[in-house]
Formats: sequence, structure tokens, C-alpha cells
Amino acid sequence: MAEMVKKATRESYGLAIAELGEKYPQIVVLDADLAEATKSVFFKEKYPERFIDCGIAECNMVGVAAGLATCGKIPFANSFAMFSAGRAFEQVRNSVGYPHLNVKVVGSHAGISVGEDGATHQCLEDIALMRSIPGMVVLNPADHYEMRAAVKAAVEYQGPVYLRLGRLAVESFNNSDDYKFEIGKGITLREGKDVTIVATGLMVSRALEAVKSLENQGIDARLINIHTIKPIDRDIIVKAAKETGRIITVEEHNVIGGLGDAVCSVLSEEYPAPVTKIGVNDQFGHSGPAGEMLEVYGLCASHIEEVTKKVLAK
Amino acid sequence: MKPSEKKALKIAACKVRMGIVEGVYHAKSGHPGGSLSAAEIFTYLYFREMNVDPRDPKKNDRDRFVLSKGHTCPGLYAALALKGYFPQEELKKLRHTGALLQGHPDMKTIPGIDMSTGSLGQGISAACGMAVAGKMDHSQYRVYCLLGDGEIDEGQVWEASMFAAHHNLDNLCLIIDNNGLQIDGPVEEVAGPGPIDEKFKSFGFDVQTIDGHDFDAIEAAFDHAKTVKGKPCAVVVKTVKGKGVSFMENQVGWHGKAPNDEQYQTAMQELNAVLAGLEAE
Repeated sequence: MAEMVKKATRESYGLAIAELGEKYPQIVVLDADLAEATKSVFFKEKYPERFIDCGIAECNMVGVAAGLATCGKIPFANSFAMFSAGRAFEQVRNSVGYPHLNVKVVGSHAGISVGEDGATHQCLEDIALMRSIPGMVVLNPADHYEMRAAVKAAVEYQGPVYLRLGRLAVESFNNSDDYKFEIGKGITLREGKDVTIVATGLMVSRALEAVKSLENQGIDARLINIHTIKPIDRDIIVKAAKETGRIITVEEHNVIGGLGDAVCSVLSEEYPAPVTKIGVNDQFGHSGPAGEMLEVYGLCASHIEEVTKKVLAK
Repeated sequence: MKPSEKKALKIAACKVRMGIVEGVYHAKSGHPGGSLSAAEIFTYLYFREMNVDPRDPKKNDRDRFVLSKGHTCPGLYAALALKGYFPQEELKKLRHTGALLQGHPDMKTIPGIDMSTGSLGQGISAACGMAVAGKMDHSQYRVYCLLGDGEIDEGQVWEASMFAAHHNLDNLCLIIDNNGLQIDGPVEEVAGPGPIDEKFKSFGFDVQTIDGHDFDAIEAAFDHAKTVKGKPCAVVVKTVKGKGVSFMENQVGWHGKAPNDEQYQTAMQELNAVLAGLEAE
């Protein structure tokens, strides 16, 4: 067993990619003048000859990554989610997705928890954008150990992957390096029969907190961690709907196009059940400390708890 | 270049032009103008310049070609078919449902296509990535990338150009097809990207400007490019849009339009006459 750690997933990513650099000489890491922030700097320090700073030119960075991939490299193209998934969306779509190249697009500082930088940098649309590209795997790991495992899985997977990283430190709830990660497989963190909370990324630890508190109040909520938003684990979602009836999704993303919609899509096709989406309700964010932003937008344990009780009272 | 070699290239270029007309006519859509203007470039690259093998299209040490102006793939497809990457008959199915040849290059399925392109400004970045990979691996291959003069309106072209110069990509050779016309009109009237040569020079390129229909000039330019060390090369090729088909030459309307039956017959007659003349030389 490893220790509980409190790290931002961007840092866990940086450590993981630097570590994997040794076993995989094909890995090339690209950044767009944000290496210190995205933590690709850890790789840069260890393997400067395989690190390319593209400057503030994300569209070109994604294209360069595509060219590298055609020559057998495993490129990781890093920037804030707003720019790697947002600004360079069309390059990801046409130069990476369409030719199905082995490029890993990394979006750090995703979501409202960027905090003080405000709305222009708080990407709440990246999951929607990336999951709309055919053949794109979309990963949104929740803690240190899950991120490490996800980076390894992304390296081993042949094809385009979008990897979402957070800026904010998060306490690990997985606590072992033996943690098993499989692309496309959700994880039931807590069994429960009254209701199911399906969470992703930063919101998993918040949801876990909510579930523990609900348990003390006699509410038996199931908690599912969806680290792979595409391809989504249909079975785990359908099973939860069958066994608990009601579903609540929680994501640090616009409620349009993200996890909530992915879950609704599965259920509407296979087992219609009421779904309540917790996320940013089709709004832009604004400046403020990350913790406060999460509170303001209802992305916190107390709000998850409150919504769950309302859903059960219906 | 021996006279016999030049004659062979001229014949091949004429056949590439016939393939372009054939493809676009049967597709009933597509982009003949910028395909025809680059016929000598496609021909020279695939029949004299590049280390490629149609029997082994993915061989590791091959020279790479990225058609950043992807809409002119009828020209590239015609050259690839002539080189033997796929049957000539495929040209007649260009853009048809279920056909091999897509409206823009698709590297997943079409033999000989090194990068999927079509959205302008993106191919050059991929070409930079290939050139960097070559440097990392100490490979000797070269990367050629053909851009349109209208295409360089795209900001990504200049992001990539900065990148190429910064990384001293002397294994990268850009070719800018300066046929002077884009969809909305003359390039200098639409958004005025000129002076093209000075811009690339200021971005750190070795720049040559040549007649893009003259094989001797093309040979000299590519030979020079291979001697340049420490910086990328750009060859601005002055061309005539629609070259080789009289009624298409310098006509902006032939950027993206297919000939009708009568125009197709006229074009093929003209090209057949040129071919017969070349073969009789």
C-alpha cells in the first residue's frame, strides 16, 4: 500500500510521463509555453532531447504532434484544456482524429477550478468537444493513482486519446500503486441501492465525501467513478439504473455535452431512468479562488448531498 | 538532366494533367485549377526527386510528401496512379461513394498518402512533425510540403514556419504554388499575402523563386535545397492556374469546378495533342 497523497492530477501526470519516458523511447512531449504549469516540465528536465516547446502556438503543436505520430512517435501535446482541446479543436479533429493518429492530447487546468484566471481560462466544454470526435478516447482521472495508471494506459493504447488534468490538489482515495485501470471500465467505489451518483474527475472525491455523509443520514447511495468518458462503461450505468432507479451525474463541466449527457444517452437507449445532472449550468465561470468557485457553482459535497436528498424526496 | 529524362518528365506531367481532368470530370466536382498548376511539381517529386517505392509505400526511410493544399489531390492522385500506387481506373471513381480516392487526401486508406489533409494550414505543421522525427532518429529522409498561395492566409502556416526555422529543419522543403488565384479572386486582392518570398525569408527560410513549369528550374531549386544546412527551404513556384487546359488557364472560376462533357472532350483533345507532340519529339 502506498500512502495517501494530496496532489493535483496535473502533477501526477507530469511525474508519470517523466517516469514512462524511460521504458518508452518513442514518447515525445510537446508544450505551448506552459510546461511549468502543465507539469510537462518534469519530462523536459529528464529528456530534453524529446521535449519540444512549440511556443504559444497550439494549433501548430497539435499538427506537429500528428506528424511525429506518423513517424512512430507517441506524442503528448500539452496545454491548458481551453487551448489544446478548445483553440486547437479543429486540428485535433482533422489532423489527429480523422487519420486516427497515436497522439495524446492533454488538457490541463480544465474546469472551473482554474480559479482566479476566470472565464477565458476555465474550460467547461472540452469533454463535449473531444467526445464528439470519432474514435477519440476521453479520460478524466480523479486522483493521483488513477492519473498515473491512466497515463500508462494512454501510452499503451494505440490511437488518439484526450487526457483531462486538473489544477487543484486533490486527496487520493485510491491509495495503491497496484490500482487497476482499464480504459472504458467504470469503477463502483461504493455499493448502494437507493440512488446512484456517477462522478468524474475532481468531482469523484467530492461525491465520495457526500456519499459518506449521506450514509450517516441513512441514505444508501451508490458511487460510480467514470474515468473514461468515451468509450463509456454502458454496463455499469445500466446496472445502476436497474438496481437503484435514479441517477445523479456530477462533473466539473458544462451540463451540456459532458458526462451527464453521455450517461443520458446510454440510459435513453437501454434503460430509461431519471437522471439529474450536476455541473455548470450552461454558464461561463468567473474569477475567484478555486475552492470558492466550486462552491459557487454547486460542485461541492454539500450540494451533491442536497441534490441527492431532493431526488430521493421526489 | 538529359534531354531524354526531361522528355520523360514532360510526358509524365502531361499524363498527370490528363488524370486530373479525368478524375474531376468523373467526380463532377473537385479542384482542377490548382491541381493543373502543380502538375510539374507532383511529377518531379514522384518521378525524379523523392526516395519512394510504390511497392512499399510506408517504408521507414522514404521521403515524405504532405499536400497541405489538400484540395488539389486530383494532381497527387494522378501522379501516384502513374507511379503505380494504385490502378489508374481509381481516378475515374474519385469522390464517388465507397471509392478509394476521397475528395481530400486520406492517409488511412490511400496508398502513398503520408498525411490526411484538406483543412488548409494544417499539412505544414504535420510536415514539421515528420521533419523533427527525422532529426530525432538521425534519419536521412526529406520532407516536402506543397502549399497554396491562398492557403498561406492561414495563421497556422506562420506558426509552423516559425517552428521550422527555430528547429533548423533543413530536411524540410516547402513548395508554395504561386498561381496567383484563390476562390474569391486574385490572392493579392483577397487578403494580400505578398511579398511571399520576403515573408518566408524573414521567417528564417532559404527562399528561391522559380518558374514552376520548368523542369530545369525545378531540378536546380531542389538540388540547391539539399545543400542548405541549418534552415528550412521554401521554393516559391510561379505557375499558371489551370495550366495545360486552354480555357482553364488563369481563370479563377476553374478553382473548384468540373468540366462538362464538351469541356472534357476539348481538354482531353488538347492534352492528347500535347502528348502526341512530346512522344514524337
